[in-house]
Amino acid sequence: MNLFVIIGEALRALKLNRLRTGLTMLGMIIGVAAVVLMLSIGQGAQININNTIASMGSHLLIIVPGATSSGGLRFGSGSVRTLTISDAQAVAELSSIEATAPVISGIAQLSYSSNNWSTSITGITPDYFSVSNWELADGSIFADTDLRSAIRVAVLGSVTAENLFGNEDPIGKTFRISNKPFLVVGILAVKGQSLSGRDQDDNVFVPITTAQRQILGNQFPGSINHMLVQAKSSDTLDEAEAEITQLLRQRHRIADKMENDFTVRNLTALATVASTTAKVMAWMLGSIASISLLVGGIGIMNIMLVSVTERTREIGIRMAIGASYRVILMQFLLEALVICILGGLMGVALGIGGAWMVSQSTDMPIVVTFNMIGLAFIFVTVIGIFFGFYPARKAAALKPVDALRYE
Amino acid sequence: MSVVNQLASNPILIQIDHLCKAYELIDRSGELINQPVLLNINLTINQGEFVAIMGHSGSGKSTLMNILGCLDTPTSGRYLLSGCDVAAMNSNELAHIRNQNIGFVFQSFNLLKRMTALENVAIPLLYAGIGRKESLKRSQEMLTLIGLGKYRDHLPNQLSGGQQQRVAISRALINQPQLLLADEPTGNLDTQTSHDIMTLFTQLNRNQGITIVLITHENDIASYAHRLIRLKDGHLVQNEVKLSN
Repeated sequence: MNLFVIIGEALRALKLNRLRTGLTMLGMIIGVAAVVLMLSIGQGAQININNTIASMGSHLLIIVPGATSSGGLRFGSGSVRTLTISDAQAVAELSSIEATAPVISGIAQLSYSSNNWSTSITGITPDYFSVSNWELADGSIFADTDLRSAIRVAVLGSVTAENLFGNEDPIGKTFRISNKPFLVVGILAVKGQSLSGRDQDDNVFVPITTAQRQILGNQFPGSINHMLVQAKSSDTLDEAEAEITQLLRQRHRIADKMENDFTVRNLTALATVASTTAKVMAWMLGSIASISLLVGGIGIMNIMLVSVTERTREIGIRMAIGASYRVILMQFLLEALVICILGGLMGVALGIGGAWMVSQSTDMPIVVTFNMIGLAFIFVTVIGIFFGFYPARKAAALKPVDALRYE
Repeated sequence: MSVVNQLASNPILIQIDHLCKAYELIDRSGELINQPVLLNINLTINQGEFVAIMGHSGSGKSTLMNILGCLDTPTSGRYLLSGCDVAAMNSNELAHIRNQNIGFVFQSFNLLKRMTALENVAIPLLYAGIGRKESLKRSQEMLTLIGLGKYRDHLPNQLSGGQQQRVAISRALINQPQLLLADEPTGNLDTQTSHDIMTLFTQLNRNQGITIVLITHENDIASYAHRLIRLKDGHLVQNEVKLSN
């Protein structure tokens, strides 16, 4: 018997019991939709994190001041500024290092005409922009000469620019930081949140010298909050970390038994952990969703068993007029498969629709790939065959005479 | 296909030797009871015969019919269908025999309720591997031949008993079997329709040489047949060829 004829028969049998077929299919639809939705949300989260990692800059190390002690008094990390601009310059000389970017930061009040805005002020060197992957949206960045003369110029993050200038073009305008006039020379492109959730676009960048001398009024001249270090390649990150540690211990005159008064953190490693976590989460969500597929499969088996019992006499008649074991088996197996595959199709559509709605109502990027649709389909087919086989075999193994006599 | 060829060339269609059938039942106390239904039946039916099997209910006639139709297997003894031992066949071969060589007609018609008359007639063709279009075309021809051409799209419950039985006969004949087995085919029909159906059987037997084995408990229905076999409590008690008719 032709396979297409059997499929036709299966479709007809399913059509006769629309409500039952629909409800059974619903189990599959929900299961597949859940799997697709969960995987796409997971994938989206992962891409989100990967974007953040890329926006941080590649093969970065961050050096922050560590705990220190002086004359028996112990100070926690960051409470004493142990790092200086000259540390940064020395680190930059190391063979494994591409560039360093010393950073000093604080919070100050900004004002422009009637607007005012309080945000973080970051004092940096021009290298900072390339090291941490900032792109300019408009204008220019300041030059090394600006740094030496400590002039009052600023590059604004997009959020700050919008809050301070509204619809005006900020380039060439003068605004005030802690009441001191600054000239806007550049606007940065949007970067989004950092891994820790801080809005990186709400920021004002000024030359590090200007920040030290004129805004943040630092009592330790030359000290910095932290420094970003870009290694030559990701392979040399460990090597770079060792070199930096050795150099800084030497420069800070730390005795052999003493602990470092700074900490070197590998940002890329942290980000990789976050990315792996997101991946694990995605798979976990997917597997939880696939449990509903399993439940749907059990539903199919249940209904198929009922169907076989109900149609015992029909099976007997079919056997009497020449249906072989294979024909009966295929007929019932295909009914289960049709439910699964149709349910799978609708589930994929529902899942994609759901993913689209999630991406519309949140900022999360949602990614639906052919891989996950393919995966859902393979899963659905396997479930159809697995849970459809037992009832189908039960039908096919009936003795014709018993099936015919069944009331 | 070899089976079909052999069937065509052998004048003896059915040969049964020392056939016994017993059912194993479990009674209320949980004990296994061996319930004999057919005892030592010997029977030969030639091609082209029209045989009636009679007997009271419980006499084993339906069981005999099921064994003849390869729906059931004997407990012991031999059943040769055109020289081929049915006991040696697997379920696929049996299905093939039922499809190609045997046509069934039942008391309760046994049409598939959700299919039209035309589709019901076409199923054995589909099982034989013939395409849907060709199957429906041949079924239409068969229905027209039997006088139900315009009822092709009716569902069984939209047809009268006699019409349903004629659809069932069309279905039984569609693969041109050598053997037509009818289990009380007129049991659910009124007298006039019963005689119409029996006339149809007689024509099929006479004109197409189809061997017919018929179960009935009505004497006037049995009188259409050329040979009468009577069963009583699992024994074959009468086996005589009628000279008249």
